[in-house]
Amino acid sequence: MPGAVPDTFLTRTRFVRVLVILSLLLAAAIIGSALVGSEPISLRHAVFGGAADNLDRLILLRIRLPRVLLAVLVGGALAAAGTTLQALLRNPLADPHMLGVSGGAGVGAAVMLMLAGSGTVASVLAVLAGAFAGALLAMAVVYRLGSVHGRLQPYMFLLAGVVTNAFAGALIMTLNAVADFFQAQGILFWLLGTLQTESYGLVAASAVYLLVGVLWLMRHTRAFNVLTLGEEGASQLGIDVSRTRRSAFVVSSLLVGASVSVSGMIGFVGLIVPHVTRLLIGPDYRLLLPAAVLTGAIFLLLADTVARGAFGDTEIPVGVVTALCGGPFFIYLLRREGGRGVE
Amino acid sequence: MVSSDAALAVRGVSFGYAAQPVLRDVSCRVGRGEFVGIIGPNGSGKSTLLKLMSGYLSPRAGEVLVDGQPVARYSRAELGRMIGVVPQETVVSFPFTVMEMVLFGRTPHLRGFGFEGPADLAAARRALERTDALDLAGRAITTLSGGERQRVILARALAQEPRMLLLDEPAAFLDIRHAVEMYDLLRDLQAEGLSIVSVLHDLNIAALYCDQLVLLDQGAVAHTGSATQVLTYANLTAVYGTEVYVALNDITGALNVLPLSRAHRERLRAEFSEKTNPATEKSR
Repeated sequence: MPGAVPDTFLTRTRFVRVLVILSLLLAAAIIGSALVGSEPISLRHAVFGGAADNLDRLILLRIRLPRVLLAVLVGGALAAAGTTLQALLRNPLADPHMLGVSGGAGVGAAVMLMLAGSGTVASVLAVLAGAFAGALLAMAVVYRLGSVHGRLQPYMFLLAGVVTNAFAGALIMTLNAVADFFQAQGILFWLLGTLQTESYGLVAASAVYLLVGVLWLMRHTRAFNVLTLGEEGASQLGIDVSRTRRSAFVVSSLLVGASVSVSGMIGFVGLIVPHVTRLLIGPDYRLLLPAAVLTGAIFLLLADTVARGAFGDTEIPVGVVTALCGGPFFIYLLRREGGRGVE
Repeated sequence: MVSSDAALAVRGVSFGYAAQPVLRDVSCRVGRGEFVGIIGPNGSGKSTLLKLMSGYLSPRAGEVLVDGQPVARYSRAELGRMIGVVPQETVVSFPFTVMEMVLFGRTPHLRGFGFEGPADLAAARRALERTDALDLAGRAITTLSGGERQRVILARALAQEPRMLLLDEPAAFLDIRHAVEMYDLLRDLQAEGLSIVSVLHDLNIAALYCDQLVLLDQGAVAHTGSATQVLTYANLTAVYGTEVYVALNDITGALNVLPLSRAHRERLRAEFSEKTNPATEKSR
């Protein structure tokens, strides 16, 4: 458009450019993170060295890479869920962990773990289904409690989320106390989150969920844009609000459920990432959503690298790292945004 | 009047619970190219009537016809291409640019994921020019003043390229200059063929700009017609429950409706009951 102010709206060129740049950054982060660990490895030897007794390659492929890829996928999924929830609730303070959705998923996963055990394909599916159902239930509860006369009240839903989250935490503690075999997983796994894995099956399954979820959400990104204007405004611009909302609810529950069932409850990714991404590239959901997936992947990967590399041989849970970043960030956002948002 | 020449017709519409209705048996029509004002006291159902007209709410009884077809017969996108809505106030949670905001008006013309084409950008640009807001295109909507923001929201509605505009007190938060500019613009748009319906609090604005007025009282139509037919002392006193002063403005030729303080109302009443006793005019 000749004469139009540049960068005042999303063009195909900008869309591609931003996503390519973020993808390159992610690739660099993946390589960098894979080299960090208690055992120093040489990338050159791991890739080009002989197959026999190649310890570097073994460490890279068996230990580091699955964990790095899981961080990428979980980070992307949590960021996508947070970004979506923020459109749905019209509030930049929404985050799946903060709203108790991760907690709900944690309870659901823990219950299924008690009933179905672990180790078999069926039990993995059962845990995932439990996490999905728990996330969906928590989402419904928070949405219900947070609305007064059908209108979302920002403080109400934040408080409802905090309570749901605390309640879910208590339920997990209780389950942990009554079921001794559950201790095999360790309660810290659920409460603080860890990306420790050596299973490419887990990585592949997570990739499928992320891909399906994000592609599903992408179809609604135009509707999300308009939904930030409120339900009435969106409806008058031709959006089927209840259908969009239902999709957003279900898909973000699926993403959170999948993330929690593979990595426990990792908080604040869905809060920090959409905000920072929005600052960098603007609020248009068509670009914001895929960009937040990439930024979320980079963020969680860096957080996990810090978690396993910053304190020598002692590893701290990745959820601790994200919470240490996320807590102050939330306060900052609350002070800045709390007075605005939904009326 | 035949309904086929009406841009919009409301027929016997009721809304809300039967025990506590918000609207009762409301009927009115908007001719093509007409500027219709919906007036009435707080809580008389004005905004609800507007939401029924836009198809956002569905009536409990009766029907709303747009171009002779029941509003429920249209898809949401079809309605979005016919009717642009300007709310009283728009709460924006995220810092979209003005251009992005106006391009949202193209939503009913687009499907699924994708980017706006040249036609969409041209429409948005025209709309911004029309509302004198093109120089704001790159600004974040969150940084605009109330008057600027309302112009942008109107531009968004115009970018829909609708045949009808529904507005809910579009100048509620604007000072007198910006309010008059807004209504002058609406009149220009009307001259270009748009049908316009606006909820109005300001009876003087209603008298000055509207072809037809619908006066609502407790969810029912009390009076409809031209400003001179509707804005009479008797009608307004009965519906609003306070005496007002109605006079013809020499300059505009439109009616002026002015409030009277309690002291004036009491003096008026005293004078009135001296002339005619006992007074019955002021009772409902």
